[in-house]
Amino acid sequence: MLAMIGRRLAAALPSIAGVVVVTFLLTRLLPGDPAAYFAGPAATPQAIEEIRQRLGLDQSVPAQFLTYLGDLARGEFGLSLTTGLPVMQELVTRLPASLELTLAGLLFAVAVAVPLGILAAVRAGSWIDHATRIVATAGVSLPTFFTGLLLVHVFYSVLQVAPAPMGRLDIFSSTPPPVTGLYVLDALLAGDGETALAALAQLALPALTLGIFALAPLARMTRAAMLAALGSEFVRAARASGLSRGRIVWVYAFRNAMLPVLTTLGMVFSFLLGANVLVEKVFAWPGIGSYAIEALIVSDYAPVQGFVLTMALLYVLLNLAIDILYGIVDPRVKVES
Amino acid sequence: MTAPPLLAVGDLSVTFRTRAGPVKALERVSFAVDKGETIAIVGESGSGKSVTAQAIMGILDPAGRVEAGRVYFAGLDLLRASASELADMRGREFAMIFQNPRGALNPIRTVGDQIADVLARHEHLKGAAARDRAMEMLALVKITDPRRRLDAYPFELSGGMCQRVMIALALACRPALLIADEPTTGLDVTTQAAIMDLIGELGRSRGMATVLITHDLGLAAEHCGRIVVMHAGHVVEDAPAAQLFAAPRHPYTAKLLAATPRPGRHLEDLEAIPGGLPDLRRADLPGCRFLERCDRAGEPCRAPALDAIVTPSPDGERRVLCVRPLMGLAA
Ligand SMILES: Nc1ncnc2c1ncn2[C@@H]1O[C@H](COP(=O)(O)OP(=O)(O)OP(=O)(O)O)[C@@H](O)[C@H]1O
Ligand SMILES: [Mg+2]
Repeated sequence: MLAMIGRRLAAALPSIAGVVVVTFLLTRLLPGDPAAYFAGPAATPQAIEEIRQRLGLDQSVPAQFLTYLGDLARGEFGLSLTTGLPVMQELVTRLPASLELTLAGLLFAVAVAVPLGILAAVRAGSWIDHATRIVATAGVSLPTFFTGLLLVHVFYSVLQVAPAPMGRLDIFSSTPPPVTGLYVLDALLAGDGETALAALAQLALPALTLGIFALAPLARMTRAAMLAALGSEFVRAARASGLSRGRIVWVYAFRNAMLPVLTTLGMVFSFLLGANVLVEKVFAWPGIGSYAIEALIVSDYAPVQGFVLTMALLYVLLNLAIDILYGIVDPRVKVES
Repeated sequence: MTAPPLLAVGDLSVTFRTRAGPVKALERVSFAVDKGETIAIVGESGSGKSVTAQAIMGILDPAGRVEAGRVYFAGLDLLRASASELADMRGREFAMIFQNPRGALNPIRTVGDQIADVLARHEHLKGAAARDRAMEMLALVKITDPRRRLDAYPFELSGGMCQRVMIALALACRPALLIADEPTTGLDVTTQAAIMDLIGELGRSRGMATVLITHDLGLAAEHCGRIVVMHAGHVVEDAPAAQLFAAPRHPYTAKLLAATPRPGRHLEDLEAIPGGLPDLRRADLPGCRFLERCDRAGEPCRAPALDAIVTPSPDGERRVLCVRPLMGLAA
């Protein structure tokens, strides 16, 4: 198992190196001159030149790249020009917010989509099958920012059951002592039920927005995989030996159906990490997505680089996690790897 | 011959609902199996052998429906039994093994656990007791080092080994009837012989009746006392093996025999059977579904339904579904 993890991480190194190069080049190619932008509209050419030197932008591109690599090696992602804060620090505080949101969205999606998909397959052609199809289609056809705004409108403006879409905690609660960086979890760990509830209330709508988006692919894949498993020869054989329906559905069909569902889960997860960006905007969620967008708009490239690199690393880790899970469920994997 | 048969299938008709219309996969299929008897069901691909087995076991696809007929097992009508009564009997009173043994085993469950599942279901054996019995079963089907094999996954075993596991699983609860649906297709010749010997041997030692489904008349002749020939969802002939080989009555049986390699017969003498199976979705299927391939066919064969001609014989009756059966001597 450890050897497998090591090999997978080593195999990911080239792609991470690629990401490093591409982020560097991409950000240099961003439209706009950061030096001019930060000097302000009234700046003299000398002032702009001075800023350019301070940023190191006057050096040749290879020289800039070497500096960049050196910084990365020391774990420095540079300074954000807008906030003046180290990018690393911002990412470290903001990443848990994004992860909390994504995980909650995914949890909701799995909790709804997998049972729906199973029911739809077990009772193929019944009303629950059709209902699943409608829910799934509706989920993908609504853009996330629209779902988000709609949810805010209904639950905050009209029904007034949700708190204002203003970040991770309302102003009356204090941040729980950080352990995992996930507020709900941290508050629970600290035994602070009230804060946990407050954080959960803030989390509910954005997570729902993401979750609704993720429902469709998961429900569809679960249904298809369950149908395939239920129609397989080994399920027929299990029926021929009189096994109970529950055992056939869960131990024989579902465990086999989990394999493609896991793969889809990995894809949906990385998809959600991307979809976060818009949802974070709508809900003023202080995650890395909104951070990157704001930086992108003003050609502040250090945060953008940091964001892309973080995402690439997350992606690698995520795929590794999926592979490990896959290896646990499917005995055939160990031999092949 | 006075004791009632163990399994009696009577006028069994099965239809599949498909997008392209109903498929009349079986029509008035009848045959019987006595206690401890071994019979064969032979016929070319698509003749309805597997559907017959599935209908008896009660494991038809959801699209398939038994339209009419009776399936009596030890005097109990399986088609009228409740779902739970049936499930209690499946795997315990009658069991089945499949054409593709690797596909019939759960790929991500150890073979020991799969055998234990059946033992838990029918004999309420759990834990070490189930494991011990599973190991005994693996030893019974002559798997070497059974204790280690208990923890093997199907992908770690050869096809022949998987079929042995399947047999162990099917026989774990000592069923009175085993339906073997082309148990040796896809295995190499030596493994085929070993598997057939194993089935024959276990059947004899346990007094178990066996229905061997195959498209190989030679294999049927070697192992079975009685042969049921199917064609396009009909039982066209049902006779004691010796009589069927000596004097086939249905033209299809005769052609099938002529197409089967046998000792003392030159390969170039083998004849292919002309034409193919009729489209079972046709609304106007004639009473004889072989007539388009038959050189003896005439107007009476087109009647919407034919009745089998039954003749008694010393080894049990013969049935043939043909208005102009062959009455000559050896084929
Ligand atoms: N699920 C199904 N839906 C529709 N038609 C089916 C289904 N299962 C079987 N049939 C039809 O029933 C007929 C008989 O099929 P069956 O599988 O019993 O043939 P077979 O004699 O077992 O052939 P083989 O030697 O290839 O296994 C075929 O025409 C097939 O198309
Ligand atoms: Mg078949």
